[in-house]
Formats: sequence, structure tokens, C-alpha cells
Amino acid sequence: MAERAALEELVKLQGERVRGLKQQKASAELIEEEVAKLLKLKAQLGPDESKQKFVLKTPKTRFHHVGQAGLEPLTSGNPSALASRSAGITGVSHCAWPQGTRDYSPRQMAVREKVFDVIIRCFKRHGAEVIDTPVFELKETLMGKYGEDSKLIYDLKDQGGELLSLRYDLTVPFARYLAMNKLTNIKRYHIAKVYRRDNPAMTRGRYREFYQCDFDIAGNFDPMIPDAECLKIMCEILSSLQIGDFLVKVNDRRILDGMFAICGVSDSKFRTICSSVDKLDKVSWEEVKNEMVGEKGLAPEVADRIGDYVQQHGGVSLVEQLLQDPKLSQNKQALEGLGDLKLLFEYLTLFGIDDKISFDLSLARGLDYYTGVIYEAVLLQTPAQAGEEPLGVGSVAAGGRYDGLVGMFDPKGRKVPCVGLSIGVERIFSIVEQRLEALEEKIRTTETQVLVASAQKKLLEERLKLVSELWDAGIKAELLYKKNPKLLNQLQYCEEAGIPLVAIIGEQELKDGVIKLRSVTSREEVDVRREDLVEEIKRRTGQPLCIC
Amino acid sequence: MAERAALEELVKLQGERVRGLKQQKASAELIEEEVAKLLKLKAQLGPDESKQKFVLKTPKGTRDYSPRQMAVREKVFDVIIRCFKRHGAEVIDTPVFELKETLMGKYGEDSKLIYDLKDQGGELLSLRYDLTVPFARYLAMNKLTNIKRYHIAKVYRRDNPAMTRGRYREFYQCDFDIAGNFDPMIPDAECLKIMCEILSSLQIGDFLVKVNDRRILDGMFAICGVSDSKFRTICSSVDKLDKVSWEEVKNEMVGEKGLAPEVADRIGDYVQQHGGVSLVEQLLQDPKLSQNKQALEGLGDLKLLFEYLTLFGIDDKISFDLSLARGLDYYTGVIYEAVLLQTPAQAGEEPLGVGSVAAGGRYDGLVGMFDPKGRKVPCVGLSIGVERIFSIVEQRLEAELLYKKNPKLLNQLQYCEEAGIPLVAIIGEQELKDGVIKLRSVTSREEVDVRREDLVEEIKRRTGQPLCIC
Repeated sequence: MAERAALEELVKLQGERVRGLKQQKASAELIEEEVAKLLKLKAQLGPDESKQKFVLKTPKTRFHHVGQAGLEPLTSGNPSALASRSAGITGVSHCAWPQGTRDYSPRQMAVREKVFDVIIRCFKRHGAEVIDTPVFELKETLMGKYGEDSKLIYDLKDQGGELLSLRYDLTVPFARYLAMNKLTNIKRYHIAKVYRRDNPAMTRGRYREFYQCDFDIAGNFDPMIPDAECLKIMCEILSSLQIGDFLVKVNDRRILDGMFAICGVSDSKFRTICSSVDKLDKVSWEEVKNEMVGEKGLAPEVADRIGDYVQQHGGVSLVEQLLQDPKLSQNKQALEGLGDLKLLFEYLTLFGIDDKISFDLSLARGLDYYTGVIYEAVLLQTPAQAGEEPLGVGSVAAGGRYDGLVGMFDPKGRKVPCVGLSIGVERIFSIVEQRLEALEEKIRTTETQVLVASAQKKLLEERLKLVSELWDAGIKAELLYKKNPKLLNQLQYCEEAGIPLVAIIGEQELKDGVIKLRSVTSREEVDVRREDLVEEIKRRTGQPLCIC
Repeated sequence: MAERAALEELVKLQGERVRGLKQQKASAELIEEEVAKLLKLKAQLGPDESKQKFVLKTPKGTRDYSPRQMAVREKVFDVIIRCFKRHGAEVIDTPVFELKETLMGKYGEDSKLIYDLKDQGGELLSLRYDLTVPFARYLAMNKLTNIKRYHIAKVYRRDNPAMTRGRYREFYQCDFDIAGNFDPMIPDAECLKIMCEILSSLQIGDFLVKVNDRRILDGMFAICGVSDSKFRTICSSVDKLDKVSWEEVKNEMVGEKGLAPEVADRIGDYVQQHGGVSLVEQLLQDPKLSQNKQALEGLGDLKLLFEYLTLFGIDDKISFDLSLARGLDYYTGVIYEAVLLQTPAQAGEEPLGVGSVAAGGRYDGLVGMFDPKGRKVPCVGLSIGVERIFSIVEQRLEAELLYKKNPKLLNQLQYCEEAGIPLVAIIGEQELKDGVIKLRSVTSREEVDVRREDLVEEIKRRTGQPLCIC
């Protein structure tokens, strides 16, 4: 086997040699000689029984979301060992993404940059600082924080050092950061990738590596002001992104607790009933009730009582109504929650966003570390997305108050109350990308303003000089890496990349001391004096004349 | 053990419940009831032999970035990205981990420094070690034959802390690469232009870019009589010439690595040379070197490179240095490394490669390793060592901080306390009129008015400094 591999390698190298010689237009004898050698080697190799099949499905060059893509790994039955002195490098013909991950092509990066720009600008507008944390944490830091989801954590191999795990979210690292630095208050945002070993069968299309954009306010403050600001931020971001109408559902952990208690749900059934109730945004009440009674052993009357509550949603009037509810108002927890929501609504009205908020008693998910208000933003019109599973019926952001988490990291259990939000950008990326496609807006992946081109041969030196001048003046410029490129190819390059201007150097123009400046779209050309070129380009591209 | 962990969890939660109830001023009975539950749980836990110590830290070799450090980072990336964009680069991103096999066999001896993920029943994964191999994988996967791209992301290396104190295991790389079959040396020259633009814009001091070529090294060693098997190890000795003397390098090669002394001497004649394009011309005339095909190729390309670098206006920053030898794993042609000329004093930081802040070169064989048909895509690129730049910029900014306009007096005093500065010379409107400066001792908080003209002497007296500037 190894012999065959070595032979195959020699054949490959010899093939390269022959191609190279042909490219260099070497002498015919030399080429013939090397071709003969190649054929001899190939003969030695013999007929190819186990022809190494390469099952590589090519993604489109402008590839869209492929998720688990049907991209199969190349089988590397014969890893070819390079015999060259570029030592220690062995050829491994393997090209695939780890499951649930993907590259971001330049096009997808352009979309991503647009989206992050809107989000970050909003966070900064609200005075948030930014931090970053390592991609992995000590395993013990993450242990016990995510309940059942803990099995979805990626662990690192025990290589003799500390036991590590990839971060599952940005909230636990944040709590660790606060405790470590003994901070009692901070307003921070953090944008980074997180890792979850989701089961692909259940969550087709969901990534295992994906971005989260978190904003959190930690500290002991007067009630509901920071909570209201979080909601304001959510609304600002979703409006600015222009991804359609949205609604922010709000509820409170204490109201849910109280409500379940007075309906007669036992503590042990709390979580599981929660997850049933949470499905109300996707399925009908009948189905939910059936699940609770049929599958989860809840008494029908209890289910009915729950039903009376959880099908309600509305504005502050619903809060008022529930505050008058004879049973609910007897429950201390529920009262606390309702009181805080009432205050919250007052602030949201002052913030001008009360029309976007709905107090929804069925909002129940993600309750692991939340202790107070919880919220979730959903898109009202889900644009049709081919092949994409609706994730939480258009949920694009979520958050809430979690007062107990930091205390879990502090040796003395000192609590730091926190409230925050997380924007689900992956979903937003695809919506924005589709929107741009629908508008047939060309997404540029570079910012080049001018291509330095030549109209005749032997003008490479002049191009190099000119492009260097432009770079030194802060202008974004390119040139083709060819000594004598055809003008047509250079113009085509501009059209494909969306470069607006071409600075054409020609022999005659050189003598006259001018450069021909051509607009790619209008095809108009004008002669510009060499010394005026930088200014003219800046003028046309709307750049400030000084280098800032 | 699992039971204990679950119990500890319950204790914690119950403790929270009790605290919460107390905060809410719940009824005394309820509180008592819950406290009783808590005590019962704690009793179950038993005496705490292995008391759970809160090991509140980031993993070894990693760190958080505070808002302040993020500000530095943002500034530095801004300069770098602006330069990459100015040269028309697109940007990509890749996953933090790759299939283990993708990374296997690409890094030689350094492969033992790769972080593996635990086998949890799925694919075997490893954290990326650099951004170049993922790039080659990206090109092959997408069957791209040419692209100009930059990529800024963290990479992971399980460096041995004893050997490389101060080096991080998680750190940023800023890579720029041009892939494609082009006319020789033009993209290579642009990479060097980019390196110089970035290092100039960052204003971190004077720098020099050393340039060499893998084929020249190969040829040189061949004609000196170095056997193929000794190539790499002699390379790494030669590479130390930027840190130690030739005598030491020769001793290592002869004494430790078994090289014949005359071979070492021949090497010495070459590798101690560095210069501009004139050195290239000189070597092209060298009787032995010019007989070696590889070396000739390399020298020819360097000559062309220097022509372009002169047109780009950066030839004064470039030095053809025959001792530049490191990082040769996948390089096939020109190689380069930028070093800072004046290393600002950095407390507790080990000099890394005597101020190396960027490096790169041509690697024509890497993409072919990922292509099923072995199709080659020539590449040339560079990598900026930003971590080092972060600390240099951070120090520079600290000095600037003190010159911020209108800072609050309290903040200034606090700054002194935190930084351990013993004295504050406070300027006030009234004092200005009176021609005095208020000199305050940070520790004792005593203040005294000192005449402006006596201030220097007074400060020197108090800080035990000699009165003359020596």
C-alpha cells in the first residue's frame, strides 16, 4: 500500500513537472523526455482497480446556507506522503466541514458585517462597553448551569492539563467575569460564537457553531429601569435591521410560578408543564392540553385553570386585570411579578415602544436561570424560506432578568442582579441575505475604488508606481497581477467586483502627463493631470480630502 | 461523586430560596420551614472533605479582554483592516475547529501543540492552529483558483508555558493571502507593501523586513555540503543568528548536530551576510551558488522583487538576510519577517524573536494537498502578530491617558493610588495666580504649596533623585 502511495506521489510530481515545462515553453526534447518518464511511472502503477473516488459535492461559489450541506468528506484511503524536504507535511486529501459548522464566504461576511454594524451601533448608543472571553472555559465553570442541555456541551480532550469545555453561551462567561473581577456593576455587550452539540435530527438546519450578540446590565439598581432599556434596545435593533414587523412578548417567572401554584401544579411538574405551555405559539390550546393531561399526567381541571390564564395576552390593561384577579392576587410571587410588569409598561410607554410589547402569559421557555421578567421578540411576517425550519416561529431575540447566576460563582455567594438580551443573528443573517437578493442589490465584497490599468504592454512599472501612490494617499486601489494584461480583462474585472473607477495608463497619456480616468458604469473617460488624480478620485468617491 | 454534585446543587438552590424569602420578608414560618430543609440537605452532604474551591479563572494561557483592552484591540484591528481593504481584499471566516485529519500532518513537530476535542461519539475535531491551513482547505473545497482574502481570528496552541513564558495559548492572527497563478513576484511585493503600510500606520517604532528565499537556503546548504537529513536542524540553528553570535551557532551545529566544521564554515560565509539588492547581484555572481539551479531561481526572483519594492517605495525597509530560516514547513519560495528595531521596555515580557511582529512567505504546495487531483494553487501571504502589538499600543496609550483634557481630580488621585505614583503636582487656578503648585503626597495626603521654580528640586528631593541630570 505504501509503495503504491509513493508511486502515486511520484506520478503526481512528474505530472506537475511536465505541466510546468509546457507552461514555461521548455524545449520539445526536454518535454518529450519528461513525458516518457511520466508514462513509465504510470505503467508501473498498473490498472487502477480501487480507483480513489472523490465524493466532493461542490457548494455553489456564492454559496448560501448549506448547514449540513450534503458535503461528504473525501475518502483518504491513501494519505500520500510527500517525500520532499518541506518536512513533515503529509498530504491528507480531506475537505469537509465539521458537522453543524460552515465557512463564511466574502458575501456572507458582507451581510454579517452589515448586521453587526447596526447592532453594535445600538449597543454603543446605550453606553455599553465591550468585552471578550476565551472560547473555552474550565469545565467546572460550565458544569451545572444548563440543566438538561449540559449534554450538548463540547468538551476538550483530556491532554494532561485542565479539563476544558467550549462555551455554550455568553451569559455564564459573563457571570464568571463579573465574579472574577469582583465587579458589582457594568453595562457590557459581547458578540462571539458559541458551541452546542445539537442533535441534527431534531434541529435540522441549526448550527453547532453560531454567533450570539449579548447585551447585559449588571448591578443593583432601582427596579425595571435597566429592564426597560433592554427592551428599548431590542426594539431599536429590530427596527433598524428592517427585517419586517415584530412583536416583543413579555412575561415574568414569578407570575408563571404563582399562576401554576394557584392552578394546582406540583413543583415537580413545573418545568415540564412550562415547556408544554410554551408551545402555544405553535399549536392550539387543545393540543397543549392533551399533552399536559395525556402525556404528562396533569389533572384535567388543573389544565383548564391553566388554560384560562395562558391564552391571554394584551397590554398593560391585562396586567391591571390580573392584579384584580381574586386567586392570582393572593399569590405573593405573582403579585410581585405583576407589580414589576406594571412599572415596566409605564417606562416602555415613556420610551415610546409600548405598542410593540405584548404581555403574554404563555411565554415560558428558557427559564433555567431567569428570576424575573422574561421576553422574546418574534417576527410577524416570516418571509418564505426554502428548506428552512421555522425556529420558534420567527423568534429573533430573547432575554430576561437573572439575579442568581453571578452568586453561583462568588465564593461568598454574593449576588449581582443582572438583566440582558441576546440577538439571534444567524436567523437575521439569512433574512437579510434573502432580502438583498430579492432586491437584486449587488453585495460588494471589496471596497476598492479604482483599478490601475494599462492600455498597452510594458507598462507594469508605471502601474506599480501609480498604485503605490494611490495607496499612500489612502485610496483603495488594485491592479491585476499580470505584466501585460489586456484592457478588456481589466475592465471586466472591475465590472465583476463592482469597482467604480479605472485609472488607465497609456503611452501617449504618459507623455502628456495625464491619466485617463474612466467610470465603469457610464463608460465615460476623461484625462486627468497626474498631480490632480488623487484629488479627483477622492472627489468622485465622496472621500474626505484629508487622510483621517 | 455524581450524587454529591447533585446534592451540592440542591443545597445551593435551597440556600438561594432561603435568601430570597428573607429578602421578600416572607412569613417567619415559611422561612423557618425552608431553613430546616436547607439544614437537612447540608447534613446529608456530610463533612466537606473536598471543599469545592471556587477556581475562578480563565484556562491557562487564555485571558478575558476588558473594555480597556478591547479599545486597544479595536484601534489596532481598525488600522490593519483598513489596510487590507485598501488593497482590495475580501474577508472570510472559518469554524474554530476543523476535522482532526484536516490539520494532521501539516505542522511537523508542532503538531503536538494542537488542541483536540474529546471524542464524544461524533467526528474527531481539533481547534485550528493557524489560519493558513483552513484557508487552503477553503480554497480546495470551493475549487477556487484565485482569491485575495484576509482573515482575523483566534488560533489555539498548547504551548509549554515553561519554555515560552508570557505566550498565550489562545491568540489572534491577522492573515492576508493572495492565491492564484500570476506573473511572478507582483503579489509577493504587494504583501511586503502591506506589511510596511500596517507597521508604519501603527506607529510602534522603526522596523525592518528581512527577506530570504527557501530555494536559496536549499541551494546554499546543498553546495556547502549539508545532507538532506540535517537540513531542518541546521536551519533552526542558523535561524538563531538574530539572537546569538555566529560562534555559538557554529558550536551548536558542529558540537551538537554533528556537522563537519568545514561545512559549518562554508555556511558561515553565506549566512552572516545581509544587504539590499546589491547582495543579490553579488550572489548571482558567486561561483558556487550560481551553479545551483534552485539558488539561481530564488536569487532571480529576489532581484525582481527588489525592483518592484523600489517602485513601491519601500526598498529602504527591506533587508535580504541569508540567516532568515525559520517557519519553513510549507514555504516554497520567498520568506519574510518584520522586526521592530527598538524594543520598548516591557516588564515581564520575554522578547519573542527579538521583536518579530509579522511574517510570511510563498507556499505553492499546500492547497494541492487538499485537492483530490493534487491541483496546485500558488499562494503568498503574511500574518501580523497582533498580540505583541496590543501590548505595545496599550503601554503607549497608558502614557497618553495622563494627558486627557479635564480629568476629574478624584480620578487622577485614584490613578496614582492604583499605579503607585507617590506624588501629585496639582495645578489650580488660584495657585496659578499665586505662582505655586500644590504638591501632594499620595500616601500621607499632606499637601504643601511649592513655588513653581522650586518644584523640580522639591520633587527630586522627595524622591531621592540626584539633583543633576546624569
